[in-house]
Amino acid sequence: MKSLVCLKQVPDTETQIKVNPDGTGIVTEGIKYVINPYDEFSVEEALRLKEKFKAGEVLILSIGPDRATEAIRTALAMGADKGIHISDESLNNSDPFVIAQALAAAAAQTEYDIIFCGHRAIDDDFGEAGAMLAELLKLPQVTLVTKVDIADDKTKAIVERDVEGGKETVEVPLPCVLTSQKGLNEPRYASLPGIMKAKKKPIDKKTAADLGISPEPKLRSNAYSMPPERTAGKKFEGMEPPDVAKAVVQALRNEAKVI
Amino acid sequence: MSKVMIYGEIKGGKIKKTAFELASEGRKLADGLGGELSAVLMGAQAEQFASDLGRYGVDTVYVVEAPELEGYNSEYYAQALAQVIAEKKPEVVLLSHTMQGKDLAPRTAAKLGVATVADCVSFRLDGSTLVGKRPMYAGKCYAEWTAMASPQMFSARPNVLETAENAKAGAVEKIAFTVDSSRTTYSTKELSLDTSGKVDLTEAEIIVSGGRGMGGSDYTLLEEMASIFGPTATVGASRAAVDAGWRPHSDQVGQTGKTVTPNLYVACGISGSIQHLAGMGSSKVIVAINKDPEAPIFTKADYGIVSDLFKVVPEMNKELRALLAE
Ligand SMILES: Cc1cc2nc3c(=O)[nH]c(=O)nc-3n(C[C@H](O)[C@H](O)[C@H](O)COP(=O)(O)OP(=O)(O)OC[C@H]3O[C@@H](n4cnc5c(N)ncnc54)[C@H](O)[C@@H]3O)c2cc1C
Ligand SMILES: Nc1ncnc2c1ncn2[C@@H]1O[C@H](COP(=O)(O)O)[C@@H](O)[C@H]1O
Repeated sequence: MKSLVCLKQVPDTETQIKVNPDGTGIVTEGIKYVINPYDEFSVEEALRLKEKFKAGEVLILSIGPDRATEAIRTALAMGADKGIHISDESLNNSDPFVIAQALAAAAAQTEYDIIFCGHRAIDDDFGEAGAMLAELLKLPQVTLVTKVDIADDKTKAIVERDVEGGKETVEVPLPCVLTSQKGLNEPRYASLPGIMKAKKKPIDKKTAADLGISPEPKLRSNAYSMPPERTAGKKFEGMEPPDVAKAVVQALRNEAKVI
Repeated sequence: MSKVMIYGEIKGGKIKKTAFELASEGRKLADGLGGELSAVLMGAQAEQFASDLGRYGVDTVYVVEAPELEGYNSEYYAQALAQVIAEKKPEVVLLSHTMQGKDLAPRTAAKLGVATVADCVSFRLDGSTLVGKRPMYAGKCYAEWTAMASPQMFSARPNVLETAENAKAGAVEKIAFTVDSSRTTYSTKELSLDTSGKVDLTEAEIIVSGGRGMGGSDYTLLEEMASIFGPTATVGASRAAVDAGWRPHSDQVGQTGKTVTPNLYVACGISGSIQHLAGMGSSKVIVAINKDPEAPIFTKADYGIVSDLFKVVPEMNKELRALLAE
């Protein structure tokens, strides 16, 4: 089973985000970066497929500045086989269409039975690149996937996905693009031997020119701002439960007017 | 001349409220741009909703019927929507950032060679350019986004745009559509929907959420509170509760769960980690019940109750039942 895993490096969820003074973006100094949590589910699922079929490969594909190598290395330490790092100034801070275009071009230069994306990157929060990649490769997409079962002959998969208020089970022909959702699996940690081995695994560096693309941005952002500061409101301490319940319920009706 | 087009989502044989939110916003934008507002509905059951959309300001409703459109499928719906957009050439296309919208918008956009400005919480016109404001980093910051290619596609977060009636024709035009079956897609084997009629967290107006302080999987107290509030209320959870197996993954609120914007968020036994606050910090009103007076959630809560949730929630339920029964 050959899996291609699209992985983005994003700020750690602990990061306090600050907007830069001219509002053109966020302050990047001091940020610690990690693998996008949804992409970790993808890496884990791909590793499990390789283990199940006792053959195949897990290929990591990431677009990003030099630092993205660390994220690829971490995935290699978890057990992935090799990486492709697309590093190109013209692709930094790109919109999901440009990213999907680059991912599609890179995918076209590799072999795969299945492609995994995360259902969304937790930095820009678009949640688009997976579906766009599928469309650009003319492949079916199954988004928000929580369970994957691949037939022995590798021609199709039975997949469970989250839908509003429930679950949908679908049958999808391979190759296809799946987008990982929480619940798919529990990602493993990189072991010490894994980390040692990862150092020798190959990471192929490519530029936009190597992929034969010249990115044309589709979206533009500006006027970054912080959300209105929330401050502590009324605090009820040391009151009897019936009294505090009455006070708060009344306040919700008469003061906040939300019920 | 349709300047603005909305996609109206139909679910379980009913048109969703988000369609009226889009219609109301779309009407304002179409007036601002000096053109018509149209809507796209899919499936044989769709035509009946045209007059509803007319009430909220839609001039023309394009109804696309084909056997493949009877249930949602990303490829077929994206084909149909992309076809209508290509034929009618709206300048602005609006979808809702619902579970279905998240699946449909990017695939449709890619067919048209554009990207969607996803999950906007407000819109404004800058000349003929639409500007959408959207949260990033799960709400840790916001930015304004514009589309540089045509059509300008945007999706709106459910439950934040106001609905406003503004009667227009809502005239139906049927669009002929044949599926391009050279494209493979998935087929649905089973659809198991929660029949409780519970709204999705991202669309709920009230969320009663429980964390590790719940001490186990018994969420009866919180479910009771949600049911007293009625059908627009639902139950959520922190990651600690989800990881403990007390609640399904789909209930998780936070940076790696759902970003929610209810009118009221009641946090029970939740400490208020940065990841949790990111996901619910834009709630209109926050109530926190926690026995630790130092819990960080109190720095964000409009009403903080320092107490044992097992003592306070039953009392609140009593009060709420009495009040809301009036
Ligand atoms: C990569 C990453 C992503 C994450 N994403 C998310 C996310 O999306 N969402 C999320 O929620 N978390 C997320 N987390 C986890 C987060 O860091 C916290 O661990 C988690 O939010 C804690 O959940 P909690 O508040 O329920 O539990 P705790 O922090 O343990 O808090 C429990 C609270 O309950 C109170 N309590 C206990 N008993 C009672 C009682 N009887 N009555 C009243 N109060 C009581 C305690 O005083 C305490 O404040 C993430 C973490 C990581 C590393
Ligand atoms: N720079 C990138 N490099 C590799 N994969 C990416 C990149 N950006 C997005 N993706 C993939 O697309 C998914 C959705 O991203 P997004 O549309 O940005 O929310 C991510 O979870 C990744 O799998």
